[in-house]
Amino acid sequence: MRIISANQINDAVSDLCIRANIDLRKDVLQALKRAYLKEKNRRAKRILNAIIKNASIAKREKLAICQDTGLPVVFAELGQDVRIKGDLKSAIRKGVESGYKKGHLRNSIVDNPLLRGRPSYRGAVIHLDLVKGNNLKLTVLPKGFGCENKSQVKMFNPTARIEEIKNFIIDVVKTAGADACPPFVVGVGIGGTADYASFLAKKALLRSVRVSKYQSIKVVAKLEQELLREINQLNIGPMGLGGRATALAVNVETYLTHIAGLPVAVNISCHALRSASRVL
Amino acid sequence: MKKISTPLTDQMINSLKSGDEILLTGTIYTARDQAHKRLSDTIKKVKKMPVVLGGQIIYYCGPTAAPRGKAIGSCGPTTSSRMDEFTPLLLSKGLRGMIGKGRRSEEVIKAIKKHKAVYFLAYAGCGALISKFIQRVRLIAYKDLGPEAIYRLEVKGLPLIVAIDSRGRSIYN
Repeated sequence: MRIISANQINDAVSDLCIRANIDLRKDVLQALKRAYLKEKNRRAKRILNAIIKNASIAKREKLAICQDTGLPVVFAELGQDVRIKGDLKSAIRKGVESGYKKGHLRNSIVDNPLLRGRPSYRGAVIHLDLVKGNNLKLTVLPKGFGCENKSQVKMFNPTARIEEIKNFIIDVVKTAGADACPPFVVGVGIGGTADYASFLAKKALLRSVRVSKYQSIKVVAKLEQELLREINQLNIGPMGLGGRATALAVNVETYLTHIAGLPVAVNISCHALRSASRVL
Repeated sequence: MKKISTPLTDQMINSLKSGDEILLTGTIYTARDQAHKRLSDTIKKVKKMPVVLGGQIIYYCGPTAAPRGKAIGSCGPTTSSRMDEFTPLLLSKGLRGMIGKGRRSEEVIKAIKKHKAVYFLAYAGCGALISKFIQRVRLIAYKDLGPEAIYRLEVKGLPLIVAIDSRGRSIYN
């Protein structure tokens, strides 16, 4: 039985919050650079250039990539042979608070959705999973709400055609439009239950944006490629002002489901798709 | 690129066309969701306003805290459409300009046309880059709202795109 202390978790989460918010994911930055090279619309090219420049200023000056430093979504994959000395969830929450303060990130969290009140640094959405082994993998995904507000779930009939599913996903992208800061990474969860499909859609954002390589199921890989091609023909473009670069990637995750249903969830990320991981 | 200084004059606003890219220098005020709700309540109750809106520009922005040695942290625009329900009232009280990201409602476009105002876009998701154009920051009102408080920003050469001009023409149409 390996022992991991609450302090180690607290420190790791704190560092991950800062790293995720100021150092744009390498795969995302590379995808933005590829989008810049492919873009023909002049204004779109200027905006993409500003986005790339913004990432380098943020990294160099240790500034948040975006002022919306998000609601931190923390994925904790806990090996079943690990014993936590202390309180895991409270260590994660303390890590978030200290990282957000130390990194000059934004206090965007209100304690109660109806009462609102004074914004603070305290709190996170925590997804805990028990896995084999004796490690603890921590991932912090700070999710901005310009794009989170555009999330949707739809329960299809099990007999639905693939075109119906594609049209739904494309409609979500169209509705997100300029508000959600394109070029997007489109996270899609298919299967499970309504809540589990939503979780998968969020988790899909953690996968590298170099899509097809990481998608082992052929029909899903094809769906990802077709969706990306069709979305990039919508002419939404950076800031919604036209151009090819509407999405950098479409990442689809699937799971078993019931004979009577076909849940589909879409979780859009803005171009500042931020996450960082560490294994303890 | 056209250079514009605050306060916005009628002539200046008249000359701006949807799609123009400009550099703004001068004074702007941040305000987002909760500040809009409070300003709107203050107007409805005919109480004293913390900011005189006449001729001013509001920037939909909630910045991150300023690291040591900097005027401000990351400070890009937030989604403008969430402010749509409050905007016509603010325009009727003399607000002349808004800076944000994304589309506006038909009611807002009509009010912009009626009151001869202008709506700009700032580079979305580029808060670190935008911080380079902010020289001074001062807290003006609603300190308890934290990043949603009203701050006065002195900006120099802030790059903006005219999204809706005073004739009601939108860059998205």
